[in-house]
Amino acid sequence: MTLLLTCKRFLHELNDYLDDLLDPQLKEELRKHVDECPNCWVICDTTQKTLTVYKGMEAQAVPADIQSRLMEAVRRKIADKCGSSGSCHGEHPEPSGHEVK
Amino acid sequence: MSSTTIASAFDEADLVAKAKAGDADAFTDLVNQYERRVFRMAKQITQNDEDAEDVLQETFLKAYSHLDDFQGNSKFYTWLVRIAVNEALMKLRKRRSDKTVPLDEPIDTGEDVVAREVAVWEDNPEQRYSREEMANILDEAVQSLKPAYRTVFVLRDIEEMSIEETAEALDLSISAVKSRLLRARLQLREKLTRQFKRKGDDALAYL
Ligand SMILES: [Zn+2]
Repeated sequence: MTLLLTCKRFLHELNDYLDDLLDPQLKEELRKHVDECPNCWVICDTTQKTLTVYKGMEAQAVPADIQSRLMEAVRRKIADKCGSSGSCHGEHPEPSGHEVK
Repeated sequence: MSSTTIASAFDEADLVAKAKAGDADAFTDLVNQYERRVFRMAKQITQNDEDAEDVLQETFLKAYSHLDDFQGNSKFYTWLVRIAVNEALMKLRKRRSDKTVPLDEPIDTGEDVVAREVAVWEDNPEQRYSREEMANILDEAVQSLKPAYRTVFVLRDIEEMSIEETAEALDLSISAVKSRLLRARLQLREKLTRQFKRKGDDALAYL
């Protein structure tokens, strides 16, 4: 028998529905509900679009000053490690862990 | 599109192996590969440029110190994200220590999931806005979420980690992740709908 699916129930299952994590029977019931219920169709469609726009968002370049401080910290760190293993010269004597930027 | 395509174009496993063997350039390549995403994530979670920069640095410095602990059981980036999340959450907790909701407080009780704003979107809203405007709209919407929702959404839907990885990184149960994620997605949907809904439409037209 078919469960009576309310819009509320649909909302609660929306994530698993969008992520395709539901068992086939429930998925089919929800699909039917979406077909018949304009409200839930819109919610489903716009939630899907919400996820799509976020997934399509590219990470912007790290601002140049922040990037250069990062690379400087990384270089120091690498030099430190080399220094402690004796294989090359490390300029910074402080122990690893927290770098000052 | 993002990361996955770029990540497969360069040989992550090879770089990680070289970095572990002490190849500084290989490690630097890994930094350059992932710095954007780590920084974005740090900003989204901490909502603060200074904190985000600290998180960015500490993440890569810790990663370097603990490279030997990376066993290759997950993707390197997933491992990196977990370090970054921990750093970011520490910052966030420090800043928020004297106010509002801590991240681990059960916040879901009694708050029902709702969808108030029901309207179809205009076609291809991303074409109506410049890349920068679009990025701002999306960022602002994420920033408006409560931290507990925001962190889950950032990891699951922006960094594209699995539910399980998200739960592990945030030390939450699977069901807590799912319930927060649902609220986060619905709230964002609502905010973006206000921005992107088709002109002249209103909710009633679709009821
Ligand atoms: Zn419905």
